[in-house]
Amino acid sequence: MLELKNICYSVGSQDTENSIINDISLTVEDGRLIVLTGPNGGGKTTLAKIIMGLVHPTSGRIVWNGQDVTDLGITERAQLGISYGFQQPPRFKGIRVRDLLSIASGKKLLPKAEACSYLTQVGLCANDYLDREVDASLSGGEVKRIEIATILARNSALLILDEPEAGIDLWSFSKLTETFGQLHEKHDSTMIIISHQERIISLADEIIVISGGKISHRGAKDQVLPNILANTYGCCPVMK
Amino acid sequence: MMFNETDSVLLEKIADIKGGEIKGAYNIRKDSGCASRATTENIDIVTKTDKAGIDIIIKPGTKNEVCHIPVIITQTGLTEMVYNDFYIGENADVTIIAGCGIHNCGGEESRHDGLHTFYIGAGARVKYVEKHYGDGDGTGARVMNPQTVAYLSEGAFLQMDTAQIKGIDSTRRDTKIVCGKDAETVVTERLQTHGAQTAESNMEIVLDGDGARGQVISRSVAQDESVQIFYPRMTGNARCFGHVQCDSIIMDSAKISSIPAITANSTEAQLIHEAAIGKIAGDQLLKLQTLGLTEQEAEDRILKGFLA
Ligand SMILES: Nc1ncnc2c1ncn2[C@@H]1O[C@H](COP(=O)(O)OP(=O)(O)OP(=O)(O)O)[C@@H](O)[C@H]1O
Ligand SMILES: [Mg+2]
Repeated sequence: MLELKNICYSVGSQDTENSIINDISLTVEDGRLIVLTGPNGGGKTTLAKIIMGLVHPTSGRIVWNGQDVTDLGITERAQLGISYGFQQPPRFKGIRVRDLLSIASGKKLLPKAEACSYLTQVGLCANDYLDREVDASLSGGEVKRIEIATILARNSALLILDEPEAGIDLWSFSKLTETFGQLHEKHDSTMIIISHQERIISLADEIIVISGGKISHRGAKDQVLPNILANTYGCCPVMK
Repeated sequence: MMFNETDSVLLEKIADIKGGEIKGAYNIRKDSGCASRATTENIDIVTKTDKAGIDIIIKPGTKNEVCHIPVIITQTGLTEMVYNDFYIGENADVTIIAGCGIHNCGGEESRHDGLHTFYIGAGARVKYVEKHYGDGDGTGARVMNPQTVAYLSEGAFLQMDTAQIKGIDSTRRDTKIVCGKDAETVVTERLQTHGAQTAESNMEIVLDGDGARGQVISRSVAQDESVQIFYPRMTGNARCFGHVQCDSIIMDSAKISSIPAITANSTEAQLIHEAAIGKIAGDQLLKLQTLGLTEQEAEDRILKGFLA
């Protein structure tokens, strides 16, 4: 179970303080699939980074399986079973896809069959990619799918995926939603997916709309999704 | 010839020779003497009579043979200058593995300077691998100044891979490669320095004939207070294509300079230079930590990949 207690995050000095996350509290039960959605700049990525330890909250506590992890580093949280797929994954000169999957799995060298299965689950043909370097030669959608495959390879208890659909073609996208659906059915892991995609949103047990650093709406998909589609939650007040 | 523990470590590091076992032609130079040699029907090795060094003569058409010529120095205070000449016959296809290992346990400087000159016949393909390695806990410096000069005849190909991973206190590398008509060279350089080490690399690629191609891929890591200077130069005198790519990771209080020059003496020469120096990207370190590595492990992994 993941508990976020009164998480606040702001940047800048006292007189020009800019609040990015504004008192978010949230509990995610084991085995649930939660989708975080909401307008660009709402604070979704920041919240995910706070859970992973990439960003330190100004105040508030993060509790994972009963343990307060707020003061733990990234590595320790990773070892406790928290994983996060970046919205914009970095590239590495000289590190191959298979190396990255091996690091993620915690094994010295991941057996080929296992590495292939993770790539297949994100719609990549393993033979073409295992020995490719994760460098600038890969396309945006390829890097993004490799990132998701490394998160699958971690076999962790909490998976946070940041816009897994971004830049991914229609064919791979349906493979991906299928994979997320199957993972969720097994109930072995808790999933938090940040997404703007209706097909992913419709997989969720609960949808949380984050806007202006706060939870603006939350509920089951049949409650929240129609309102998002009908645009009743409003958009930018200036544009209106 | 029996090799002791120290020799074996050095030979394995610089020439992948395990347990003193070598196939094919070889010449092992230890502390300025010839420790061991073997020739084959196609590869002859002859000691020079006018100065230190050997001639390596490879018959035209020799295919898939490997020749090892490692140099090891285990005596403190030993300095030497060696001249090795390689005559590669037409249409041969061979691999030459050179390398120098210095084990210095004493207080005096140990130094190996070498000049390797290649005459590569028409249509021949050569892969030349050179590794440098130093160890020993003495205060004496370990110094290497390798020079390589290669002349490629029509349609010849030279792949040169050099690596110097730690251990050498001071190095100055000079490389000059001249490519004739339709000849091609690919040079990869890997360099890692630490402590107070200094390394300088001068490289000159001359694309002299129509259809010549040259590529230089240099990657380096400078740690602690070490200093690296690169002077990659590419000159195009004909219808040719040249590409120089230098990439460095700078850490701690190290210093790196990269001073490239591309010179075209023909309107048909197409030359490109790219150079980048920077520290390890923060998001790379963070990414590997989210996969369970510690910050130090993440750094080591990134450097290992970069220098691979
Ligand atoms: N270190 C920072 N300094 C200043 N502003 C920041 C910082 N980090 C985030 N922000 C701002 O906080 C807001 C929330 O950013 P965040 O990346 O969390 O949004 P998001 O909901 O993930 O948006 P998107 O849907 O575009 O990915 C943005 O306005 C962003 O510019
Ligand atoms: Mg985001």
